[in-house]
Amino acid sequence: MNTIPLTHFLMLAAVLFAIGLYGVLVRKNVVIVLMGIEIMMNSANLNFIAFSKFYSASRVTGQIFTLFGITIAAAEVAVGLALVIAIFRQAKTVEVQEIDTLKG
Amino acid sequence: MEYLFERCWLIPLFPLVAAGIIAFFKNDRRKGATLLAFFAMALSLILSCLLFFFYLTYPKAHEVNRTLINFSWFTSGHTPEVIGFIIDPLTLMMLLVVTIVSFLVFVYSLGYMHDDSRFVRFFCFLSLFSASMLGLVISNSLLILFMCWELVGLCSYLLIGFWYEKPEAAAAAKKAFIVTRVGDIGFFIGLLLLYHKTGTLLLYGETLPGILSPEVLNSLKTNAITFPFFGGLLLTTIAGALLFFGAMGKSAQFPLHVWLPDAMEGPTPVSALIHAATMVAAGVFLVGRMFPLLEGSGAMPFIAWTGGFTALFAATIAVAQFDIKRVLAYSTISQLGTMMMALGLGGYVAGNFHLMTHAFFKALLFLGSGSVIHGCQGEQHMMKMGGLRKEMPVTFWTYLIGTLALAGIFPLSGFWSKDAILLEAFRQNRSLYWIGTTTAFLTAFYMFRQIFLVFMGEFRGHGKPHESPPTMLWPLRILAILSIFIGLVGMPFLFHNPFHYFLTLEHDVSSPSYFVMLVSSGAAILGILTATLLYGMRPISKEDPLAPVLKGVFRILEKKYYMDEFYEKTFVRLTTSLAHFFKEVDRVLIDGFLQRTGFATLALSQFNQWIDNFFINNGFDKACAGIRGGGGKLSRIQTGRAQDYLFYAAVGAVVLYLLFRAL
Repeated sequence: MNTIPLTHFLMLAAVLFAIGLYGVLVRKNVVIVLMGIEIMMNSANLNFIAFSKFYSASRVTGQIFTLFGITIAAAEVAVGLALVIAIFRQAKTVEVQEIDTLKG
Repeated sequence: MEYLFERCWLIPLFPLVAAGIIAFFKNDRRKGATLLAFFAMALSLILSCLLFFFYLTYPKAHEVNRTLINFSWFTSGHTPEVIGFIIDPLTLMMLLVVTIVSFLVFVYSLGYMHDDSRFVRFFCFLSLFSASMLGLVISNSLLILFMCWELVGLCSYLLIGFWYEKPEAAAAAKKAFIVTRVGDIGFFIGLLLLYHKTGTLLLYGETLPGILSPEVLNSLKTNAITFPFFGGLLLTTIAGALLFFGAMGKSAQFPLHVWLPDAMEGPTPVSALIHAATMVAAGVFLVGRMFPLLEGSGAMPFIAWTGGFTALFAATIAVAQFDIKRVLAYSTISQLGTMMMALGLGGYVAGNFHLMTHAFFKALLFLGSGSVIHGCQGEQHMMKMGGLRKEMPVTFWTYLIGTLALAGIFPLSGFWSKDAILLEAFRQNRSLYWIGTTTAFLTAFYMFRQIFLVFMGEFRGHGKPHESPPTMLWPLRILAILSIFIGLVGMPFLFHNPFHYFLTLEHDVSSPSYFVMLVSSGAAILGILTATLLYGMRPISKEDPLAPVLKGVFRILEKKYYMDEFYEKTFVRLTTSLAHFFKEVDRVLIDGFLQRTGFATLALSQFNQWIDNFFINNGFDKACAGIRGGGGKLSRIQTGRAQDYLFYAAVGAVVLYLLFRAL
């Protein structure tokens, strides 16, 4: 019954993480960067569930972690989008490359 | 009465304060300066007189003839340096003499210095001098005495050189200062010797012993130092002789007498006060003060013979001088020599008695000569005077009284004091007695020569001489009265010499010698007759009538035995050549060395500067520039874009992963 091995889950999570990282590092639109972060977070959640299924005795520890993670991700999106709006109002742009006030 | 005695230090303090205040006065505040100087001097005079009368009426004065006010000045290590003041008969006598003569000279100076532009300064110096002299006589410590001794020397210097625009006056001031300093070296060594041997410079002690305390004197009289040629000499002899060197300088004894005649370049009131009555008597006073130490020591014959020789030596020079003040200056040297002779023969009373009487009549003579000079518009050469008795009657009569007193004519003061000295010599040492009598003859001769040249005959100068103002005549009158009567206090016929009792608290038990009185009077009258024969009979022409009589000797006397020339050729030349030699040493060796050192330092510093510039500064600058450039380059990676930072983090993570893989 249990035919899909752990490695597949991890591969899928790694791919998702790489896609998310790519989006964060390369895309210019700040909203898409935010979406990339969401994807990276979900790949981490996927890892939690996979390890929970294969190694946890009660098999629920990872799922509870994941629930917390989803909650935090929702909050993070709310804060992140609020920041994006604030930055947009300030800088009149959504291009990540344009926002470089941290420059020394 | 004790209250007053314990405040005797006020006497020198008044003129000192006056001098200090006048020093800040401007040149045109004549009235303020004179008022202040007079007020201070009058206070000192009154206080001195009060002290004197209290002393005389004090019932216990016959037991304690000495009041001491000793106190510790400072403590060096564990030894307190005790100084103090003393009131004893000798001090009282000197206090009276100094304050009276000072006061009269102050009055006289009002007239004499009236036209001088440095009038205020004159009174400042004069007050300072009086203060120092009064401090000298009341000090109970050789330390204070020495300080005041140097202070009066300084005042003498300042006042001789008062008209410093005259090169002679400036030179005379320097000469006086340096020649007396030669004697002071001896004085100072004596001081050190006494301090080394006794541990104190106090004269009389109350609780601590002083130098003149009996036990200290005994130890000094029994200890000796052995010298290569002289053999063993007692400490009293050595210390006494050394202290006497100081007295020789100050009191112008041979061979240190050369400064006093030149000191006549100063204003005449100064000559009267400092170089006749008070400061030059300080040497005699010192010998009198240290008399308990000197008494019976080997220094006494030395003192007596120095004094006797100086007396005769200076009297012979005075015979052939033409400057009215120089005659008096040599006369002063001669009389000081007589005093020294008396003290050296053990005649403590006789020496001090003559010191007192001489102060009055010699001050009178100097002030009289000043009046003559004033009346003759500054002329001092006696050949250009003559006949002044008509124009200047008061000056003439007072001068005559002074001359008679100095010549020792009965019953003026000089007679009694000179008689006391000659009597002492007659009893102790016949050779010195005849020297003294010859001096008396010469004294009478040169003084009457002066009278004839200045006051008798016809006027030989230019212009019209005039009598001096009353401020100058009144001091003359008062001093004339004093010169007549002051000698009576030391009369042997009156209560066995009251002055003797005053000074020693013992009655003079010896009987007066009529032989000595007659011989000295005879010598004086012979001197007067000789002078009358030579100068009083014929009108005086260009030449001195004495010159053809003495021929070449007169020239030698006029040139003062060529002493100045001798000193000029020997000591002065030696000193100047030494000075030149050392100047060359200075220039070549010291300066050369310094110059080279300076040059080397300069070169070294230039080298250092180069190193600094090249290595230190350059290197530092380079390092700074490098750091700045590196910082600039590194700052490029701080772009401010969040994506770049995240990229670095990602790359870092990958690198870390690869690193851990490799391990």
